Amino acid sequence: MKLLNRSLLYLSLAFFFIIGIWAIIFYFNLKDEIRDSIDDGLENNKLLLIQKIRTDTTLLSQNQFGGNNFEIHPISKQTALQQRDVYKDTLMYRANEDDLEPVRILHSAIKYGDKYYKLKVISSLVEEDDLIEDSFWSVVWLFVILVGSTLVINNLILRKLWNPFYDILKRLKNYRLDKEESVINTPTKTAEFRELQQASNTLIRHTQEVYTSQKQFTENASHELQTPLAIISNKLELLLESENLVQTDAQTIAEVITLVQRLTQLNKSLLLLAKIENKQFPEQSIITINELTKESWNNFEDFAQYKQLKINYDEAAKLKVIMDPSLAAILISNLMKNAIFHNTAGGSIHLKFNKHEFSICNTATNTPLQQEYIFTRFQKDASKTQSTGLGLAVCKAICDFYNLPINYSFFENQHCFTVNFKNILP
Amino acid sequence: MKILLVEDEKELRNTLVASLLKEQFVVETAENFSEAISKIAIYDYDCILLDVMLPDGSGLNILSELKAMGKSENVIIISAKDALDDKLKGLELGADDYLTKPFHIAELNARIKAVLRRKSLDGKNSIELGNLILNIDERTLTIEKKDIHLNRKEFDILNYFLLNKNRLITKTALAEYVWGDQIDQADNFDFIYYQIKNLRKKLQQSEADVSIESIYGIGYKLIEK
Repeated sequence: MKLLNRSLLYLSLAFFFIIGIWAIIFYFNLKDEIRDSIDDGLENNKLLLIQKIRTDTTLLSQNQFGGNNFEIHPISKQTALQQRDVYKDTLMYRANEDDLEPVRILHSAIKYGDKYYKLKVISSLVEEDDLIEDSFWSVVWLFVILVGSTLVINNLILRKLWNPFYDILKRLKNYRLDKEESVINTPTKTAEFRELQQASNTLIRHTQEVYTSQKQFTENASHELQTPLAIISNKLELLLESENLVQTDAQTIAEVITLVQRLTQLNKSLLLLAKIENKQFPEQSIITINELTKESWNNFEDFAQYKQLKINYDEAAKLKVIMDPSLAAILISNLMKNAIFHNTAGGSIHLKFNKHEFSICNTATNTPLQQEYIFTRFQKDASKTQSTGLGLAVCKAICDFYNLPINYSFFENQHCFTVNFKNILP
Repeated sequence: MKILLVEDEKELRNTLVASLLKEQFVVETAENFSEAISKIAIYDYDCILLDVMLPDGSGLNILSELKAMGKSENVIIISAKDALDDKLKGLELGADDYLTKPFHIAELNARIKAVLRRKSLDGKNSIELGNLILNIDERTLTIEKKDIHLNRKEFDILNYFLLNKNRLITKTALAEYVWGDQIDQADNFDFIYYQIKNLRKKLQQSEADVSIESIYGIGYKLIEK
């Protein structure tokens, strides 16, 4: 529900209650006013009647309403003195409607000569049920017209008024961090929308700056750190070629070289993770995962042969996905690498494909990996000191980047990794 | 052979010069953009090692100048940046090769000699050492005029050793050269030993004038007998 129509909903509810309460108040005020008017009329009728009796004393004999609106009865002096003018509602039979109808009646007492008379004067009363009904429908129509006109005005005027907001919203929706976007510049006289635009531009500029500096760090870190690593590595290699070395010294230098090389590899992997998390791989290509696994296997074939590993493919389908080719290669290469290096001599690797899923299983020792930790950084088997422990973290980062579920299971002495590519199928 | 090294990092520059001198190259250096441009304009070099990030300008701009002079065919770009854009741009500007820091000295040697061989006008594309001839184009090895069969990896390994004769090649350098970067997580290098062992046997049985020696458990060296 749009804000436009949501505000209308609240407005309608407000109208409903306000008009309802007003109708009730108006009804009672109207009724009071009518009675007041009729009572004035009755008072006037009494005065006119008294004047008329002086010229026509036969009126004193009128003790039935009949065709007139009054009746007169003689009473004692004592009773007359106690009588005060009283106005009351009552019901009387009306011949024209053949029904009892509400009327207003005045009870009074008059004196003529030395005699006293009781006087009753009546006047028709507005029919209350009709009044209620008519008032109700008037109020209903007022409500309908009010809401209807508000709806029309909202859609015609407020929609135009809210255009800058929708424009700003659209620009924010389409914003992409990896592209250089111009600032939002929507003309508007509304202060709140100007503030919103200004805040949005501030946010965009700040986010862009953070992204750019992070990207630059990723690039510059490579330069700043890899150059000293290059110096260390090359100097040590030259030193190792020296003719003056004794065996133990050379052995020490060799160990340092190995450590520097691990540091180099660690640096590369961490930089790759940073790039993935900064979404710096925007290229999209259609990639067949089946073919990629075969290329990866070919790259490692010599080592696999050395360990006498067998590989078999279960290809129910060609698995085609849309993703960055270098990330795809890294993902498959890391999984294949793990399957080969963390395998038993004479073991096997089993790859299974269907339309949206790929799994790779390798024979293993009896020990399953810890599910909670295998995808975190620097997690590795203590007996394998050579690796950086980042291979699976890289795989996880790539899968998270594309929202691909990756799962580990241990079954029949095999490690299995399964990647579901359903979110990036062509 | 005359080599120009354009590198702003003093320690790395000195290290590389020491390594290149071992190969009997004549080495000149430039430590910034303007010095490099000046030397390139005056002299001809057989090979130029060009750093991308220089304090007073981009190495790629030097490459543009070289291309304008028609001298860009023998340039090896050296960069700490892994950026694919830089690599593509460099190769597009006519560079011969692209090397990412940190690299192994053996790798640099191999790249330089590949560039120098391509530059050679005699059209010969083989390496000769003693009684041994390795034909790069045909991927064949002859010892004492007799053909010796090598599989794909064995050929690559021997080629690498011949390009770096009498130099130490570490196991990781060899692994990266022959198998590429993906070998980083290998928990041992037994498979390299396996390949070296086979290669040694073939060389020995053929009475080759070269042999491959193990050095301190860290690598190997090919020596001429």
